[in-house]
Amino acid sequence: MSLAMGAAYFDNNATTPLDRRVLEAMLPWLEGRHGNSSSVHRFGQAASEAVEAARERVAALLGASPAEIVFCGSGTEANNAVVFSCGRSGGPSGHLVVSTLEHPSVLAAAARLEGEGLAVSRVAPGLDGRVDAERLLAAVRADTRLVSLMLASNELGTLQPVREVAAGCRARGVPVLCDAVQAVGKVPVDVGELGVDYLTLGGHKFHGPLGAAALWTRGGAHLDPLLVGGGHERRRRASTVNVPAVVGLGVAAELAVRELEERERRLAALRDRFERRLEAIEGVVIHCASAERLPTTSHLAIEGVQGETLMIRLDLAGFAVSTGSACSSGVVEPSSSLLTMGMSEAEALSSLRVSFGLFNTVDEVDALADALERQVAELRGAPAAATSDV
Amino acid sequence: MSELTAVAMSGGLDSSAVAWLLSRAGRPVVGLSMLLWDRSTETTHGRCCAPLDLGDAKRVARQCGIPHYTIKMDREFRERVVDPFVDDYLAGRTPIPCTGCNTWIKFDLFLERARALGAERMATGHYARILDGPDGLELHTAADAAKDQSYYLFELTQEQLAASSFPLGDKTKPEVRELARESGLLVAEKGESMEICFVAGGIREFVEEQVAARPERFAAAALGRASEVVDRAGSVLGTAEPYYRYTVGQRRGLGVAAGERLYVLDVNARENRLTVGPERELLASGLAGERLHWIGSPPAGEIEATVRIRSRHPGVRASIRPGAERRVEVEFETGQFGVTPGQAAVFYEGTRVLGGCWIESAR
Repeated sequence: MSLAMGAAYFDNNATTPLDRRVLEAMLPWLEGRHGNSSSVHRFGQAASEAVEAARERVAALLGASPAEIVFCGSGTEANNAVVFSCGRSGGPSGHLVVSTLEHPSVLAAAARLEGEGLAVSRVAPGLDGRVDAERLLAAVRADTRLVSLMLASNELGTLQPVREVAAGCRARGVPVLCDAVQAVGKVPVDVGELGVDYLTLGGHKFHGPLGAAALWTRGGAHLDPLLVGGGHERRRRASTVNVPAVVGLGVAAELAVRELEERERRLAALRDRFERRLEAIEGVVIHCASAERLPTTSHLAIEGVQGETLMIRLDLAGFAVSTGSACSSGVVEPSSSLLTMGMSEAEALSSLRVSFGLFNTVDEVDALADALERQVAELRGAPAAATSDV
Repeated sequence: MSELTAVAMSGGLDSSAVAWLLSRAGRPVVGLSMLLWDRSTETTHGRCCAPLDLGDAKRVARQCGIPHYTIKMDREFRERVVDPFVDDYLAGRTPIPCTGCNTWIKFDLFLERARALGAERMATGHYARILDGPDGLELHTAADAAKDQSYYLFELTQEQLAASSFPLGDKTKPEVRELARESGLLVAEKGESMEICFVAGGIREFVEEQVAARPERFAAAALGRASEVVDRAGSVLGTAEPYYRYTVGQRRGLGVAAGERLYVLDVNARENRLTVGPERELLASGLAGERLHWIGSPPAGEIEATVRIRSRHPGVRASIRPGAERRVEVEFETGQFGVTPGQAAVFYEGTRVLGGCWIESAR
């Protein structure tokens, strides 16, 4: 068996393929054009101009003002920056509220602050994959320094009541971080409408490049830089700006603004087609199917079939899917967010995440559904098909 | 589809060579590694399953052009291999965890996982041979006697042998290394892993760490307490370190002065007591074994065979008398030193492994 290089890719929540139009905008900055956007000379000025154009595009995507955008290296960095900045302002006590659906970059940062003496409340979602706004708000205390709630779950795709939570927090004077990494470019995201104080996004989740992310901070919101050592990004993030990646992020943002409605429609059509095909397989449960969710994500469990086993079988057959959130060491653990929402360990381990992107085709979706049906039949001990694509 | 073979890849030289051989043969192959002992939170680690080794497995798989996946089995490994290993020491025995790992992990759970992934067979880097015989499949020693690992495989069943292949069984270690060098395999110069894979430092420290970390799992009243040293007659000769730090046949570290050299004859966990005596008293005429296993059909009654009582033991002719409840009495033709509870006694006829048992006591 050789590695299936021509495999169909259904793990777009992990990362998406680069849009060719984004690549073309980046290429001049990888070959030919160069310059440190902080330099005074014409090379630097040209780079700075490109970065500022990107800033405007990203701001436009969020309904924000360009001055409120800080470019970062990753969504993790952006989330870390906000949690540490808010958590460490005002002495060694204080309190944080996070949902258990949050990305590890929020959860681990909160855990670190807990080690430094802060109290942390962790609020779990219900079985519908949605954190209850009232429950989250009920956890807020007089000394709460930050509430963190993501806009869309990377695992389940479920949308969270960020607007309600932000409204409640505003009334209490508590800042809100919204990790919108998984939502931006797939559903409308408007910082004014959400009413949050900090919002993070990453380029590679919507067909932009790796290595470029953005942190939006409401005008006047406090931000202690995570990285220090230069006046870049209005003293909010020291580091030479990654010009090619930021240019790419800008173009990805512009394309998302222009194509958002059509993208939502197209992605939802692919997902719905896939989920309809699953009805033919006995014992399939689509998690949170009736909840408001991203058009990109099908999170499912197949009775009696281990998610990891199915994922590997599909990979061998040429289809890349995920068992949930990927673990950095390449091995699979039951997802802690699924466990906190009340799933049993067996259910969590039997789950599979299929996430769609702009470049998936109907034919690929049909082929995936066929393969899934065949693999499940084999695993359940039905006679293996005479011809197989393995 | 032609038959898919899973190669159990540790990142070491031998299993890497197996992956290479099978991938060159043009058969469908998938590389699988087990994460058995998660040391990601420890600063030091042993050889097996160190992140580095699994990284090597992945790199070798890429070199071979085969897909590779890592399967987490640390919980099962702890329950079925590591905890029983600690239990054995606490019971005064000297265990060999590699056999249990083969029996309960590699050729059981791991094989099952490989099958669930669509593999029909599993290939490993063990030095042993599987041959067809009149009585079904037979397990034989490796062509390279110095590398032979058949001793550790005595608990395999017909069904497990049928699903397994040992492509290195008829090769010598120098041949395997040469093959790896010629093929430019990344791990061609890698050394041997002789230690117990999950123990980074000393075994006694490991046992004590495990007990201290989970007192609710391990009842060890004598942890850290000096043991009593007595002779055969029961006279107290002095004190020594806690009993579980000693193994039968050990001479060093007793700290008891006597006219002649004294050896550990018996380790009594319940009393935290060591019985010592002169070397001649270590000589055993046989052994009592438990959990008797035959690879082929069980013999009708008593048989003669060559018995190895530890992995590097040259073997001794013996009478083997199976009893009830998988118990067995083994009587050596000539007395043997070092019959150690917790080790395996493996029965051979020529190169063939007939079966074996776990040593309960010397006779």
